[in-house]
Amino acid sequence: METPDQIRDRLLARFPGASVAVVANPGPAAQHSLLLGSGEARAMAEFLRDSPGLRLDFCSNVTGVDWLDREVTDVASKTIPDPAGGPPKLVEQRTKRLQPGYLEVVYHLYSVELRHGPVVLRLRTGNRSDRVAVPSLTPVWRSCEFQEREVFDLFGVVFDGHPDLRRILMWDEFKDHPMRKDYVEPDDYEWEPTPHADVLAKARRHYPAAAPAAKEEPAP
Amino acid sequence: MRDPATPTAETPTSAERDELRRQGILLTSIEEIYNWGRSRSVWPLQFGLACCAIEMIAASMARFDIARFGSEVFRPSPRQADLLIVSGTVTKKMAPQVVRLWNQMPEPKFCFAMGACAISGGPFKQGYNVLKGIDRYIPVDIYIPGCPPRPEALLHALMQLQEKIRGQRLTGPSAPPHLQAGAACDCPVPAFGGHDLEPPKNPALWQPPVLVRKEGA
Repeated sequence: METPDQIRDRLLARFPGASVAVVANPGPAAQHSLLLGSGEARAMAEFLRDSPGLRLDFCSNVTGVDWLDREVTDVASKTIPDPAGGPPKLVEQRTKRLQPGYLEVVYHLYSVELRHGPVVLRLRTGNRSDRVAVPSLTPVWRSCEFQEREVFDLFGVVFDGHPDLRRILMWDEFKDHPMRKDYVEPDDYEWEPTPHADVLAKARRHYPAAAPAAKEEPAP
Repeated sequence: MRDPATPTAETPTSAERDELRRQGILLTSIEEIYNWGRSRSVWPLQFGLACCAIEMIAASMARFDIARFGSEVFRPSPRQADLLIVSGTVTKKMAPQVVRLWNQMPEPKFCFAMGACAISGGPFKQGYNVLKGIDRYIPVDIYIPGCPPRPEALLHALMQLQEKIRGQRLTGPSAPPHLQAGAACDCPVPAFGGHDLEPPKNPALWQPPVLVRKEGA
């Protein structure tokens, strides 16, 4: 099968000016993925499905990833010539910037006809609050329908062009998206026989008299 | 075994009655024969929620053979069932349906909480989507621990339920609620809220235990 770089080059040859990038996976799995821009994503998906060398006719898995805002440190090194005539100095400049968070949808594609795969696609939303729409790939692969509904339910990604975008796991009246990293679960702690870690913190909040802070034992 | 009728000098004990029965003499009361009959025809509702249901199905098959206890007739309608076996994880989305099924069952009815999830939420207890035990909403007669429990454990629970039925009085203050005038039999069905079920528990049935814990214990 073609490498992600070859697939990216084919996509760029077919869609000049489209936004396609290879996101490298540094781990031992080395399962690199293709980041598609939202604008041409559906046309590119159709191309991946129909082009003779790829024929990625089966989407086996759709999932979401929540990336919170994070601080990124850029390291730029530059050489400063020594005015005294010595060897030039190498100076590293570190700048911190805030990388805004976004939501990501990941698709795993296989070809049943040519027996290869997976090819991993990623789509990104603009941010985590109001620009959360990505194009739905359900018109391209019918198997995405329920899984995109699940991503909508649990992560809050809105899929433009989805035929039936409703919650699928939580009930319709549910207000939040539980798989987001900043989800605050309902405060329904009752009682736990052996609390530990987070649950112990909850137990202390709910039973402050029963679980007091550590007191010093009087010396015997 | 608890004797249904408290033995006095005049009334024979159940052991004596068994002895008489072997000789061909049947001494009984309406209460005893009524409880004898219904304890041996407990029809469960054909209803499963998760992996515990597989053990329930195994209990109904030939190797474990729940038919030996008269409970092989799994009913597809709650109107014909006597026993609700809550076998598996009860999610918050499913809980109102379980309570509705319970309300649709005619009295006298019984409930098993089968497995860790139905008892307390089990491994999913602190999750956002799992009910912390079905006893928040419906009265449970027998708790079957296990993850999942073996079919033998379900059969043992059934035998314990038969004991319980045999010990039930039909009159007086210890009679089951459906035989007492004015006692409520059905449970309020919780509604879906914005984050949790409303109400999160039925306080008439279940109160969180008041716990005194020592630091570091």
